[in-house]
Amino acid sequence: MIALLMRDLRLAMRAGGGFGLGLAFFLIVTVMVPLSVGPQAALLGSIAPGVLWLGALLACLLSLDRLLALDWEDGSLDLLATAPLPLEATVSIKALAHWITTGLPLVLAAPVLGVLLNLPVPGFKWVLVSLLLGTPALSVIGTFGAALTVGLKRGGLLMSLLVMPLYMPTLIFGAEVARRGAISMEVQTPLLMLAGISAASIALLPFASAAVLRINLR
Amino acid sequence: MSLTISDLCIARGGVAVLEGLSFSLEPGQALILRGPNGIGKTTLLRTIAGLQPPVSGVVEGGDETIAYAGHSDGIKPTLTVAENLTFWAKVFGAEGIDAAIAAFDLEILRDRPAGELSAGQKRRLGLSRMLVTGRPIWVLDEPTVSLDVKSVAMFADAVRAHLGQGGSALIATHIDLGLDSEVLEVGPYKAKLPAIDDFDGGFL
Repeated sequence: MIALLMRDLRLAMRAGGGFGLGLAFFLIVTVMVPLSVGPQAALLGSIAPGVLWLGALLACLLSLDRLLALDWEDGSLDLLATAPLPLEATVSIKALAHWITTGLPLVLAAPVLGVLLNLPVPGFKWVLVSLLLGTPALSVIGTFGAALTVGLKRGGLLMSLLVMPLYMPTLIFGAEVARRGAISMEVQTPLLMLAGISAASIALLPFASAAVLRINLR
Repeated sequence: MSLTISDLCIARGGVAVLEGLSFSLEPGQALILRGPNGIGKTTLLRTIAGLQPPVSGVVEGGDETIAYAGHSDGIKPTLTVAENLTFWAKVFGAEGIDAAIAAFDLEILRDRPAGELSAGQKRRLGLSRMLVTGRPIWVLDEPTVSLDVKSVAMFADAVRAHLGQGGSALIATHIDLGLDSEVLEVGPYKAKLPAIDDFDGGFL
């Protein structure tokens, strides 16, 4: 399992691996928001938590189509399916590798980008906390979407359409934590809901991903 | 560890391709599958490897004992030869990759990115993976594609050594490997029924 994680991380770092692409996308989207909204500090400050969450979510989505498709194309997925590793573990590790290479950099970049959006000071902490809790769910749900569409030509767009509705609960509660945090309101309820969504996704979805992968590999 | 296939019926894309197939593979034995294109050799090997379920019939002894190699080698072009092989060795819990490197003459290519290898060299790397799996039953689908005469001999030697250690091999190929093996012609087992009526078969 560690071998698979190390391989995926190494592949992401090598040429064409796509490490940093999501991060660059996140940066550009957040920079473009003030340009489109105009120099209204108060307005920017109030939409900042939502913009950061939406930007992180889209950046996450962008990198999903490579998650399993590359392994499917070169036959590694067939070989991994016949390896001693259960397929549930394989997809979990792949989701973890995706989170480390995409989700974690987004979490760390979000407070820096918050400055560009005039995010209120109490909001920095809660943007960081909510993304830290929410991005693992984004990676795991995204892996499920990638497993559903693996093997389809031009499956990327279909996958986005399938995954985005599944991202909604995470987005609603994640952005709510950040929004309430930014205006110094009580965050406990949405925070618990967000943590629950993440925990449930991590616990249950690998089984669903492995099941659809088995069907797609036939 | 012997592999027993009894009364197997397999399907590709909802259409039965082979039926009534029975054979067994004992330790030390190699079995060559032959048959025209499209008869279902690849489907049969994938079924035996556990990648797809049979329509009916039983595959016995195939669990966790099979090392499968398909048409694609599963090689990552940005990793070096040694990194590719080490990864599979770790997945299968094997010790070291030196024997596999030596058996397929990959020593001078060891630190080259796999993406820079020729088709034949990639195939040799793909086949050397079989040695690091440490599994007794090799299931190989057209293993000699893009190999030159010398590499085919190298591959035949590797299979012979594997059989000598009590392993067995099931190989779909059209060329003569020079192995002391039985040949199974799958043509006569071509399925007669035209289609299976299970539109939701993919979800069962």
